[in-house]
Amino acid sequence: MWSKQWKSVVGLEIHAQINTESKLFSGAENKFGGPTNTQVSLFDAAFPGTLPVLNKGCVEAGVLTALALRCTVNKVSKFDRKHYFYADLPAGYQITQQRQPLAVKGYVDYCISDKNNFQTKTANITQIQLEQDSGKSLHDEKDKISLIDLNRCGTGLMEIVTEPDFSDGTDASAFVKELQKILQTIQTCDCKMEEGSLRVDANISVHKPGERLGVRTEVKNLNSIKSVSKAISFEVKRQIELLENGGVVENETRSFDTEIDETVPMRDKEVKTDYRFMPEPNLPPLHLFDNESVKTVASKISVINIDDIQQKLPPLPEDTRKRLEQQYCLKRRDVAVLVDNSGLVDYFEEVMRLSPTTNAKLVSNFIINQLLGVLNDKKFTIHNCPVTTDDFGRLIDLVQTEEISYSTSYKVLDEMFEHPNITPEDIVEQKDWRQISDTQVLTNICEKVLEEHPKIIAKYRKGKLKYLHTLVNKAVIDSNNKGNPRILKQIMEDLLDNK
Amino acid sequence: MLSLTLKEAVHKLRDGSITAKDLCEKCIERLNKTQQLNAFITETVDISRDSAAKTDRKRQKSKPMRWRKLEGLPIAVKDNFCTTGIRTSCSTAMLQNYIPPYTATVVQRLQDEGAYLIGKTNMDEFAMGSGSVDGIYGPVRNPWNYKFTSAHLENQQTKPIEQVNMRNYHTSTEDWHIAGGSSGGSAAAVASGVCFGALGSDTGGSTRNPAAYCGVVGFKPTYGMLSRHGLIPLVNSMDVPALFSKTVDDASILFNVMAGHDVHDSTTVTDEFNHFTLSDNISIKDLHIGIPKEYHTPGLSKDVHNAWVEAADMFEKAGSKVTQVSLPHTQYSILCYIVLNCCEVASNMARYDGIEFGHRATNEDSTEELYAATRHEGFNDVVRGRILAGNYFLLRQNYEKYFAKAMKIRRLISEDFKKVFASGVDVLLTPTTLTAAPTYKWFTERDNRTASEEQDIFTQPVNMAGVPAITVPSKLSDDGLPIGLQFIGQNFKDKELLTIAKWYEQQVQFKQLDLDYLDNVS
Repeated sequence: MWSKQWKSVVGLEIHAQINTESKLFSGAENKFGGPTNTQVSLFDAAFPGTLPVLNKGCVEAGVLTALALRCTVNKVSKFDRKHYFYADLPAGYQITQQRQPLAVKGYVDYCISDKNNFQTKTANITQIQLEQDSGKSLHDEKDKISLIDLNRCGTGLMEIVTEPDFSDGTDASAFVKELQKILQTIQTCDCKMEEGSLRVDANISVHKPGERLGVRTEVKNLNSIKSVSKAISFEVKRQIELLENGGVVENETRSFDTEIDETVPMRDKEVKTDYRFMPEPNLPPLHLFDNESVKTVASKISVINIDDIQQKLPPLPEDTRKRLEQQYCLKRRDVAVLVDNSGLVDYFEEVMRLSPTTNAKLVSNFIINQLLGVLNDKKFTIHNCPVTTDDFGRLIDLVQTEEISYSTSYKVLDEMFEHPNITPEDIVEQKDWRQISDTQVLTNICEKVLEEHPKIIAKYRKGKLKYLHTLVNKAVIDSNNKGNPRILKQIMEDLLDNK
Repeated sequence: MLSLTLKEAVHKLRDGSITAKDLCEKCIERLNKTQQLNAFITETVDISRDSAAKTDRKRQKSKPMRWRKLEGLPIAVKDNFCTTGIRTSCSTAMLQNYIPPYTATVVQRLQDEGAYLIGKTNMDEFAMGSGSVDGIYGPVRNPWNYKFTSAHLENQQTKPIEQVNMRNYHTSTEDWHIAGGSSGGSAAAVASGVCFGALGSDTGGSTRNPAAYCGVVGFKPTYGMLSRHGLIPLVNSMDVPALFSKTVDDASILFNVMAGHDVHDSTTVTDEFNHFTLSDNISIKDLHIGIPKEYHTPGLSKDVHNAWVEAADMFEKAGSKVTQVSLPHTQYSILCYIVLNCCEVASNMARYDGIEFGHRATNEDSTEELYAATRHEGFNDVVRGRILAGNYFLLRQNYEKYFAKAMKIRRLISEDFKKVFASGVDVLLTPTTLTAAPTYKWFTERDNRTASEEQDIFTQPVNMAGVPAITVPSKLSDDGLPIGLQFIGQNFKDKELLTIAKWYEQQVQFKQLDLDYLDNVS
C-alpha cells in the first residue's frame, strides 16, 4: 500500500463574514438574501471620491475572534490594497491587511472522533486579517452576459489563516467544526456555510517523510464540513496517485465538484496574478489599546480596548469541555458529544441542577445514547424537546434506584415523548413496568430456572462462566422482563455456588 | 461690483447695499464675456439665479431668518469635486457624462453657509498636469495680458465635448499665457472676477501654481484639515482641497467655513476646529523667516528672484529675523513624487472600468475586452502612461526598489521641514514658480512630465510633508504678468501662516486684474 509512504500536509484559509449590521467600510446593510443590488452604498460601488470609513463593530468582532483563537492582537495594524480586475470588485482592488494584520500566532484545541479514534489536537493560527468581501458574478454563457450583484461587496471578512498542521480531511474538517463552534459562541460569524458566511480554502500537498514538502494545490470555496473532508481526502489521493504514476503536481487552484466528489481545475485558470499590493492611503493605521495605554488617550469615543473585549469573552467550547470533565468527572469523549450538539450542555446541566444526587455519567449516557436518538427519530431538537429536564431527571432516578431496568427506560422515554404531560413514574405505574427487586420473589424464579436446566448448570460447572449469563437471561424472561437483572445475577450465582 | 473682495461682497449682501440678484447677474455677464478663457466646463447659471432669488426673498420675509456666513455668494468649484446632479467630469472622456449622486463635503459646507455654485471649472484630465492644457475641454487661458476681442465675445461657443485631443486647440493665431494647473479654471475664474472664491485641489502645487500665474491667493491647508470626501482622487496621501481668493482674508473666511473633521474622511483631524478671524494689526516682530537655500535654482527668473529678495528684505526691515535654512532632501522630491503619484494613480484609476459608472465602450465580447476598450477610450496618454508606470513600480519585484524607497525619502523630506521648524523658524518664504506664466506655445513644446517636473519644483515638497502653504501675489513682472510668493507653515498652524501672508499682502498692495472694461463691450 502506498499510503504508508506518503504524508499529506494541509493548511487552511478561512473567510468568515463578520456578523455586523453594516459593512466593513460603509454604512450599507449587511444581510444575506436581500433583493439584488439593494444593499450597496456609493463606496461599495466604488464611486469616485468616496472614502472608506472603518466600522468599529467589525474591529471589535475581529479582536474578540482573535482573543478566542488565543492570538496576539497587534496594537497597530494596517490596511493594504490588493489589485485585480474582476467585475464584482468595483474598485479594482480589495482592501485587506497584507503587511500588518490584526492578529497573529494563535491556536485552537479541537477534538477528532471517528469510529475508533478519539483525540484532542492543537492547530496553530498564523494570522487573522480584516478585509472586504467581493460582490457576486453570474455568468450566462449562452447569451454571453455577466450579471453582477454587489450586495455582498464590502461585507467585512475575517480571513483566518492556519499553519499547515492538518494531516487529512477528517482532521481539517474537525478543526473547521471547532472553529464554527467558537465563532458561533462569540457571535462574530453565523458560520452558515451553505449561505457562504464561512468559506474554506485548503492548501494541500503530499511528500515522503524526510523529504521536503511537495508542490501544493489550493482547493477553493469549500462550503460544507463534508466538502472540506471529502475534497481534501480526494485531493490527497489524487496527488499520491499522480506521483506514484510518475506525474507531477501542478501548483494550481482547484474547485470541488460536489456532484462527483472530485476536485477539478478552476475553469478560469488564472495567470499568476501579481496583486501589486500598496498601503491603503485613505485609512490611518488601526490603533488598539489596553488598560495601560488607554490612559494616554484624550478622547475615548472611538477607542477600542483589548482588555475590555477580553472581559466579554464567554466560555469557549474547550473551556466548557474542561469544566464538564472536572466538575462531573465525565469522559472527554462524552463531553465532546455534549459540547458538539447545540443545547445539550445546557440540558445536561439543568438536569444536574434539578436532581444533584443523580449520577452525572448516567445522565450524560442517557442524553447521548437515548435522548439524542429519540430526538432524531422523532424530528425534534433539544430546543423543542417535549421532555422537560425535570421529567428526564426523574426517569434517570428511576433507573438509578432500580425502580425500572435500563432497557425499560427506553420504552418509558418513548412514552414520555408521546405523552409529555404524564410523569415517568405514572407511565411506569400505568404500564406496570416496575422492576421486581424483591429477593424472595426473584430467588423463586431462579430456583425454577435451575431446576429446568440441569444441562446448562453442568456446562457452567465445567468452567464455562458465560452460561451464568444464559441462566440469568432465562430468569429475566421468566419474570416477564421485570426482574432486576443485577439482583437476579447475584442470586443465581449464590444458588449455583452453594448447591 | 466684481472688484469687491469676498469679505466686502458678503458684507454688502448682508447689509442690503447690493442685492444677490444684481451680484449674480453681474457675475453671469462677466462669465459670458470671458468665455474665451475656457475657465468653465459646466456653467450653472440657472442654479445661480435661483439661489440669488432665494437670498433676496429671505430679506423680504417678515420673520428674520438666519443670515448665513456666505449668503448669496457665487463660488466656482473645480470639476473634480462631486456635485449632486451636476456633471463632474474631471476633464476626462471617462467621466464626461458622469453625474454624481452626492456632494463633496467641502462644497456642501460652502453651500450650507449660503454660497452657491456658478460653475464647475476646467482642469487637466484627472488633475494630472500643471498647465490646465491637458483636459478634454481644451486649455484654460490666463486672463492677464489676454486680448479679448469682439470676435471672441461674439463667439459664445458651445463646449467641444467631442474633441478629445485638445493639445493643439487654438481659436486664434495669437499666443497667450497659460493659467497654470491643474486647477487653472478656478484660478482664471477668480482672477477675471466671475466669482469671489473658488475650490481647487492641490497635490503637488495644482492650486498654488495657477494662483501665482493668475495673480490671486492660493491656499493649500494642512493635510487633514479639509475633507477629501467627494474629491475625485489623484494621490490620496497628498491631495488637499485648496482655495482661490482675491485676498488672504477671503481665503481665511472660506477655510473657516470648510475646515474640521468629517466622518466620511478618516484622514481628517478629529480634534475640534477652532474658528478664527485674522487680525488687521499684525506684528511680525520676533518672527523667524526661513529662506531655503535649495530654492535658489538655475531656472529661476530674474523677476521672480527679485520679488523674493524684496520680500525677504521687507520682513527683515519690519523686525523679523530672516535666515537661510536648508532642506537637503528637497532635490529628490520630484522623482519621489513621480513614483508615488504613478502608483496611486494606477490604483485609483482601477475603478474606471465602465461597469458601475462613467464611459463604457461598445466592445462587449468579454469582460476583459470591454475593460480594455473602455479604458483605452476613456483615458488620455498622460493618464495611461502613469497607470502603466505605477503598475510597474508596484510589481512584487519592484516594490522595494521604487515604492518603498520613495516612501522612505518622503519621510526624509518631511523630516527636513520638521527640523527647520523645530530650530525656531516660523515660516518659510519661497517663490511659488520659477517664472511668471509661460506662453501656451512655449509650454506645449514640453511633454506633460517634463512640464510638471519644472512647474512643481517649489510647490511639490510641501505636499510630501503635508504642511500648509499659501501663495500671495507680490508684483508684476516686466511683462506685466503677476508673480506669486509662497509661504510654507507648520502642520496645523494654518492660522499663523495666513496671518503672516496677510501682513505681506498688506505691504505689497498688489493690484488685482481689472476687467471692468469688458462691461462696456457690447
